[in-house]
Amino acid sequence: MAIEVRIPTILRSHTGGAKIVEGTGDTLGDLFADLDSRHDGLKGRLVTDTGALHRFVNVYINDEDVRFLGALEAKLNDGDSVTILPAVAGGAPDFAAVAARGLRAGSPAAR
Amino acid sequence: MLSIDRAIVDAIVAHARRDHPDEACGVVAGPAGSDLATRHIPMENAARSMTFYEFDSMEQLRVWREMDDRDEAPVVIYHSHTATEAYPSRTDVSFAGEPDAHYLLVSTREPDSEEIRSFRIVAGVVTEEKVCILDAGVDPHAVQSYMFGQSPATVDYECSGR
Repeated sequence: MAIEVRIPTILRSHTGGAKIVEGTGDTLGDLFADLDSRHDGLKGRLVTDTGALHRFVNVYINDEDVRFLGALEAKLNDGDSVTILPAVAGGAPDFAAVAARGLRAGSPAAR
Repeated sequence: MLSIDRAIVDAIVAHARRDHPDEACGVVAGPAGSDLATRHIPMENAARSMTFYEFDSMEQLRVWREMDDRDEAPVVIYHSHTATEAYPSRTDVSFAGEPDAHYLLVSTREPDSEEIRSFRIVAGVVTEEKVCILDAGVDPHAVQSYMFGQSPATVDYECSGR
């Protein structure tokens, strides 16, 4: 059961530069374990030490964000296509976030 | 160095002003491998926050696929800081996942002027770079170069010869 996986630029150091690789697995977690056996270190960039999907990546099965499909438990079928993208996020320096939380009346931080 | 058309910079600043005091974010795509920023794509800030931005994951998939189909890359990834300087925060650095992109930051903390700075962020290392504004609408050969937000000693003022 082959599943096509699209690898973003930042993770291609683990795939010898390949943009698309193939793997197998009944769930997304199984697929990542299978990929890691051939692409050393890839799983560590996708899954945290506690076994959750890393917040720095977005993973899609076909057109769906896997966070809405059970994340690493999401089921895979033959011919599915998995896309990995770097999550694009960030924001103002942490002190500003702390200040903003403190200013919001009634928030736990303000009490 | 980031070379970018003035019309695109103006559109990014207008987006940042429109969404202020929330952070604004988006992409400028360009032909893969060219390092040319040609197509401005304002993105939704799914966090709708004054201190955080986050691309909507479904919008990002659509836009990244479209870039792939057009053989484009995300040449610039921009966002605004609305109360602080235009310098990458620790969160910006930890999320920076496009090693080939120019990370453009716009600060809208001053009501009537913008601070615009550009950075490379690779493996957690932030390197500021020069921003070269191309005034294509005036004269494609008269390329004007500005140093935004860097230490005054290194700014090449147009009047420095006088």
